[in-house]
Formats: sequence, structure tokens, C-alpha cells
Amino acid sequence: MTALVFYFQVHQPFRLRRYTFFDIGVHDGYFDDTENARIVRRVADKCYVPMTEVLLAQIEKHAGKFKCAFSVSGTALEQMELWAPDALANFKRLADTGCVEFLCETSHHSLSFLVDRTEFEDQVRAQQKRVKELLGVEPTTFRNTELVVDNRVARWVEELGFKAILGEGADQLLGWRSPHRVYRPEGCERIKLLLRSYKLSDDIAFRFSNRAWSEWPLSADRFAEWVHALPPEEQFVGLFMDFETFGEHQWKETGIFAFMEHLPDAILKDPRFTFATPAEIAERFDPIARLDIPDPVSWADAERDLTAWLGNHMQRAAHEALYSLAPAVRKAAAAGHPELLEKWKKLTTSDHVYYQCTKWFSDGDVHKYFSPYASPHDAFIAFMNVLDDLTRRVAEANAALAPLEPSSTELPTTEAPSAKTPSASPAP
Amino acid sequence: MKVLMLGWEFPPHISGGLGTACFGLTQGLSHHGVEVAFVVPKAWGDEDQRFVKLVGANTVPVPTWTHVQQTVPGPKVETRRTVEWREPEEVVRVAPRVASATVEIPPEPRKRDEAVATTLRLLEVESALRPYLGEVGWLEHLVSVTGLSRDELVRRFEAAPEESRRAVGGLKRALFTAAAEGDPRSIDTAILREERLSFSGFYGPDLMAEVARYALVVGEVARREPFDVVHAHDWMTYPAGIVAARVAKKPLVVHLHASEYDRSGENVNERVRALEQLGLATADRVICVSHYTENAVRSRYQVDAAKLRVVHNAVTHKEQVEGWQGQKHIREPIVLFLGRVTFQKGPDYFLEAAARVVKVEPKVKFVMSGSGDMLPKMIERAARLGLARHVHFTGFLKGEEVERMYAMADIYVMPSVSEPFGISPLEAMALDVPVVLSRQSGVSEVLRNALKVDFWDVQDMANKILALIRYPALAHQLTEEGKGELATFRWDLRGKLVRAVYEEVVR
Repeated sequence: MTALVFYFQVHQPFRLRRYTFFDIGVHDGYFDDTENARIVRRVADKCYVPMTEVLLAQIEKHAGKFKCAFSVSGTALEQMELWAPDALANFKRLADTGCVEFLCETSHHSLSFLVDRTEFEDQVRAQQKRVKELLGVEPTTFRNTELVVDNRVARWVEELGFKAILGEGADQLLGWRSPHRVYRPEGCERIKLLLRSYKLSDDIAFRFSNRAWSEWPLSADRFAEWVHALPPEEQFVGLFMDFETFGEHQWKETGIFAFMEHLPDAILKDPRFTFATPAEIAERFDPIARLDIPDPVSWADAERDLTAWLGNHMQRAAHEALYSLAPAVRKAAAAGHPELLEKWKKLTTSDHVYYQCTKWFSDGDVHKYFSPYASPHDAFIAFMNVLDDLTRRVAEANAALAPLEPSSTELPTTEAPSAKTPSASPAP
Repeated sequence: MKVLMLGWEFPPHISGGLGTACFGLTQGLSHHGVEVAFVVPKAWGDEDQRFVKLVGANTVPVPTWTHVQQTVPGPKVETRRTVEWREPEEVVRVAPRVASATVEIPPEPRKRDEAVATTLRLLEVESALRPYLGEVGWLEHLVSVTGLSRDELVRRFEAAPEESRRAVGGLKRALFTAAAEGDPRSIDTAILREERLSFSGFYGPDLMAEVARYALVVGEVARREPFDVVHAHDWMTYPAGIVAARVAKKPLVVHLHASEYDRSGENVNERVRALEQLGLATADRVICVSHYTENAVRSRYQVDAAKLRVVHNAVTHKEQVEGWQGQKHIREPIVLFLGRVTFQKGPDYFLEAAARVVKVEPKVKFVMSGSGDMLPKMIERAARLGLARHVHFTGFLKGEEVERMYAMADIYVMPSVSEPFGISPLEAMALDVPVVLSRQSGVSEVLRNALKVDFWDVQDMANKILALIRYPALAHQLTEEGKGELATFRWDLRGKLVRAVYEEVVR
């Protein structure tokens, strides 16, 4: 028996408004609520609502035989509460079927695992709580931001009690091994690692509407043929993708909804194949081998690494400045300014550094498509200006708290050095 | 493929961006096997002129430098460069100063193992034309070039044989008739009336007469030079291009580096505009230096969009540039404006942004380098904005002063109101200076590692200047990745595109 494991990622960042240097110290409205509401509403109408309806219908039709999983970031949950309650209600309906697993991630879709374990665990717990509150289910599987996994993150997650973690079935990780088996990261004792089958996943997520692709147009039957042709000893096929694949990246007109309406039938035609959730796979199989993942592996770009987030000077400087504020902002929060901590957390959303990516060629096109800024440099400027303002407000809050003690808060760059001085901002 | 290129200036004496672009293009074309006969107007002083006048009435003095370049393919590649002086048969005597001149051609950024055998011929044609001279300033320019009085200049022109003056006057009239009627046939009548383009005589006393006179001389060159296509750069050479193309019955490509609207805003000189219109309408292909310019050509001159092509400018990499890096004596951040201080370049927006920056960063120095009709107003404006201690005016900089100024700067700002291309940001980047530039420029279409603003949005301009000062990673990012990007602005790549344009029209 080989199981298809669909997992869909749902995420929306709180995008910043065009915050200029002259707003510093004047405005603390960092986020562009108009734009964020507009985008989540559009995506809800084009993707979240219609596609959850498709999945609900399939679950009903196949009476428990069609299953899938979701991870919905905390920021996306918050935006749906605010601006797309109909979409949130549909996710709740999916949770209620018992056929849909909801995974856990960091509440703010952050890169906190890189530098700040306290923040990472804080965000994981917050997300567990939110998922339980809003959707009524207790997540037992973890997926990290952008599917990033390494030995260390896997161990942390294991210690937090998760039974499984998802990762990218990257070639550099697997070599000759199959992505369709359960593994265990080096240094872990209990947790199971389920990998993405990138070729089959990308056939749907990226290539589906590509007219230059030799397989275009892809039918559900054709896709099922590929799955059915897999060696019988394969345990599962991880089809992990952005939920926005359906209706947003691939428009309705490409036939992507119809494809998904026919796929369960086509797959289940062969009785050796089923659908399952990640938790079920983790329960069902023991790891076939250990995988050593010393460096973070993500599902992004051709490199499958973190260069889309921390690949250039701007991104590293922004990331470093952001997390250096953590102790001071926590102190301010403890002393009665939780709103400052929440704003800071919203800045930890990885999209903010992703917009600063300058990998222009081939992969660069994808980055551009998702960015609300005219250029990565503009993204950096807005982010740093906001961070400058937040830093000042945190310093003020802490100074008011203990006027006689010197504040431990430091502004990211208070002096005005020659612009030619290269910044010392090594990758974390 | 052989092109008769009507260009501007030639090393070692290049003063303006147009000359640099024309010369860079010849280098780029030579990479793709295009032979270039490069025609440049060159003013000779009074002394030289006396010799020229000794030349027979029916011949055109065409001193010719032949630059022969041979490359032998094979494992041991040797590039031989010779510059030799060849005296055209027709020229009886040539001014001694001209004969002793040497032409230095800087080494091209070509790989040594790449075997391309091309010939670049330089044809210097006697004329005092210089790009971007206005009709008003023409006589003063002639006075300064020749050292003769206005009266003497007019007298000498009129002393030319009757038929010469008739030819100049006839062509001048025909050009404007053709422009007004949108039909170049009157030019044919003017140039074909005489079997041979008889011409001799002194510089035309008005600019349009000189443009016509230059066209006649080039027409004569076109009779002798074999070529497949003629390529003219900006309006002053368009009539010459039209005449050369008609005489030789070859296709015409015109290149638009800057239009009259770029130079003068809405107060265009109608006669200049008319000649631009004529050139653009008559040409078989129009090469624009940016999409920004292409759009302007389409909307302002109603040119058939099907014959417009865009080829962005590139940079000629100078070795000397390296030497100035890191020469910075002032600790405070320096924000630089460098260019003509004219309406088109937006110096007033620079000052408005400066006023906003110094409010938060009083230590920043702003430097305005260059001269122009708006300079006095800008000095007053700076004082009125309370910027007297923050803004420095250096006046016109030349030669290595320019590079030294760039190297001293921490930020270069190009706030142009309208910039067909705009090469200066690339020069700043070559010296590791991060750049803030106007979106109303051609270069912003192709340059990624620069901060872009709308020229009127002085708040955003100040915001970006401040970001560069406050967040060093931004400058680091722009200069580091900019270096790699700069290396892609290569004339040999542009030469390939221009060659493709020639191939579209050469039958």
C-alpha cells in the first residue's frame, strides 16, 4: 500500500506600508491594513473558499478515503479572522471532518529557529494554542517555515513533543535514496521525517499550466498513471505545496480545480493506493534510515537553501537587527507593552526579508511576483525604517519603566557613518 | 557589412556623452565584423582654413586616417595596430597641424584569442558642428573656434563661389520644405540638380546653413566611400544622413540619443524639431537609447512604431577609474549631483531633498558639480532653504576632476526631469558609489542595483538618501552587486543588436 499525502500551506504576511524615514517617531502604524485586507480577500475568493469546497466535496464523496493536511500560519489565521471569516469557517469544517490534519508551525512564519530558540518555542506554542482554539484540533506534526529542516530543528521539535516533521526531499539530502520513505534526522530519538516528493509535487504546483511542458495539459488520469507506476515498496508520496497553487498561482481557467476533483477517483482506481495524513504515516511506519542534515534545507528555489531569505547583505543586516531587539522588546512586553512585542513578532515573518532578495535570474522571477515592493532595496528601506521606529518605542517604554537604570536597548545604527563602510553582517 | 557612421568626436578628445556613445558603438560593431567608416565634424582654425581654401573648387578636402587592425587566428594570436596617415588623392594640400595629429585608439576589452578582423576608418570632415549647440550660440562658437570676427566670418562665407553658396542655401531650404511636407523629394531635387556636389567655402554663418553645408560634404564622402548603410546620430547629422543615403541609394538608420524635448522641455526650437521629424520620418529604422525615448518618439513625432528599435547604451570601461577608489578626505557623508545645472537635470529637486535630509542628518554635505543656466538660481535657492552650510557648488569639472569627485562621494543622485539614457549613474557605480536615480530616465529601465525615485517625489528622494546613510548594508549591497551588473553594460553586446538592425534594412 502506498499513500498519497497531500499537505497544503496557507500563509499571509502582514505587509508593511511604504514607511519612510520621515515616519520614524511619528507613526506607529507599520502595516498596510488596506492592502493586506485586499489581498487576503482576493485570495480567499479565488483560492481558499472555492478550493476548500472542492476538498470538502471530495471528503464527503469518498467517505473517509480522501485525506489531506494543512498548515495555516498564525498570521494567516489572524487575517482570515479579520477579513475573510468565510474562509476560516471552511477550514473549521475541514477540521471537523476528521479527514484533515492540521500541522503546527511558528505562529508568525518566522526564521526564529536560526538564532533565537526562546522565540521559536514561544511561537510554536502560540500556534498550537491558536489552532486548537480556532479549529479544535491538536497538532502533532510540525512543519517549519519554508519547510526548513536540519538536525537541530528536528531535535528541538522532538523535545516539544511532536511526532513528525516535514522536509524537502532535496537531492543533496537524499542522494540515491527515495523520498517516499520515512526517515529520522541524525541526533533524534523518536521523531519521524516525511519528505516532499518534489517532482510530483511540482508537476501540480508549477508545471501544471505551463504550455511549454511536454506533459501539458496534465490530466488527473495521467498523473495517477505516474503514481501507480511507482515501485510497490514505496511507503508514501509527499505532495506538499502552497495552497495558493489552486486558483491563485494556477488560475481556475487552467483547469486546476477540475484536476483535483478527478484526482481522488483516478488514484483510488488502483486499490493498492490510498490517501493519508502525515500523522498516520508517522504512526504506520518506522524510519528506514537516519538522515544527516547538518545544514538547513528548504523547499525554495533551485538551491533548496536559505539564500532567498538571508542571501545578501541587506537581508542579513535586517535579520540581525531584528533579532538583536528581542531581549529589549520582551522586557517591554513584560512591563506592560505587549503590543510592541506583537508588532515585533509580525516583523519576524520571513516574507519581509524574502522581499529583499536579489536573486534575479530564473528564481528571481518568482520572488518578484510575490513582492509588494518596486525593488528589494525599497523593501529593505521600509523594513529598516519600521525597525528603527520600533526600536525607539521599545527604548522609550523601557526607559519609562526604570528611569535610573541605563537601558539595554540599542538602536540598530545610531551613528551616521560613511555610507561606504561595509556593514559587518555575517550570516547567522 | 559596412556602415557609414555620422558620429561625434573621437579619442583622445571626447568631451561629451554623445561622443562617448558613438565611439563605444563603433567598438561594439567591430566585434561583430561590421566595418565602420566613422565620419566626424572637426573644426579647423583660421590657419588651417587657409590651406583648405587652396583645395580645388570641385573637390572636398577629406583628410583620412586609416586605422588598420589585423588579427590572425591561430594559437599564437597577434594583434597588430597601425595608425597611418593616408592622403586622399583629391586633396592637394592639408593643414600641417592636421597631418601631424595622431589618433590613439584605446585597447578594446576584447579577448586576445578572439579573431575579428575589422577596419575602422576615421574620416574627419571640416566643420565646426558640435552636439547640442543652439542656433543662438552658433556665431559665438564660430568666433571662438576660428578667432575671427562675426563680420569676417560672414564675409568669408560669402566669398565662396556662387555655386557653393547656392548649393548650401538650396539644401537648407529643401530640408525645411521636406520637413513641412513630410516628403523628402525636395531634398532629391536639391542634391541631384548638380551632377557633382560642388562645394567649397567657409563655415556657414548660421547653424542651419552649417548643418546643410556639412550634409553636402558628407554627401560627397558618400559618393566615394563604399557602404551598405548609413547611420546618423542626433539631429545635426540627420540631414547629412539623408543626403548620404539618397546619393548612394542606401538605407538610413538614425539614432536618437536625446530629442529637442529632452533638451528644452516644452520650449522647443521648431527648426531643430523639424529636422528631427524629417530624420525620424525618412529613416528606415530609428534606434532609441531607451524605451523611455521610444515612447517619446512615438507620441511626440508620430513615427511609425514598426521601425523603432531600442538599444540601450553601454559603458566604456576605463582602466584609470581604479586609481581613484577610496580617495576620500572628508569624514561627513557626501551626496553628489554632477551634471549640467539645467532644467532637464532637476537640480532644484536635489536641493529640496537636501533640505529634508539635513533636518535629520545635519552632518551630511551636498555637492552640486557642473554649470548651466540654472546655477545662479540654485545658489540663491540653497541659501533660501537654509542650506548654505550644507551645499557646495564646485562649478564645471573636467577630466580627472570628475572622477575624483565621484570617488569622494558617498551617494550619487541623478534627479533628472527627463533623461533619454543617463550614463552618469554607471560612472558613479564604477567608482563604488551607490546611486539614487530618477525613474524618468532610460538607464533606470535596465539598471537594477540602484534606488529609484520619481524626480518630483523629493520626500522619497530624501528617504532613500537617509536610508543609504543610516543603513550601511544597503550601500554595501548596491555597490557590490552593482559591480557585476555594470560588467553587463558592454558595447560588444549592443553592437550585436545594432548589427541586427542593419541586417533588417540592408538588401
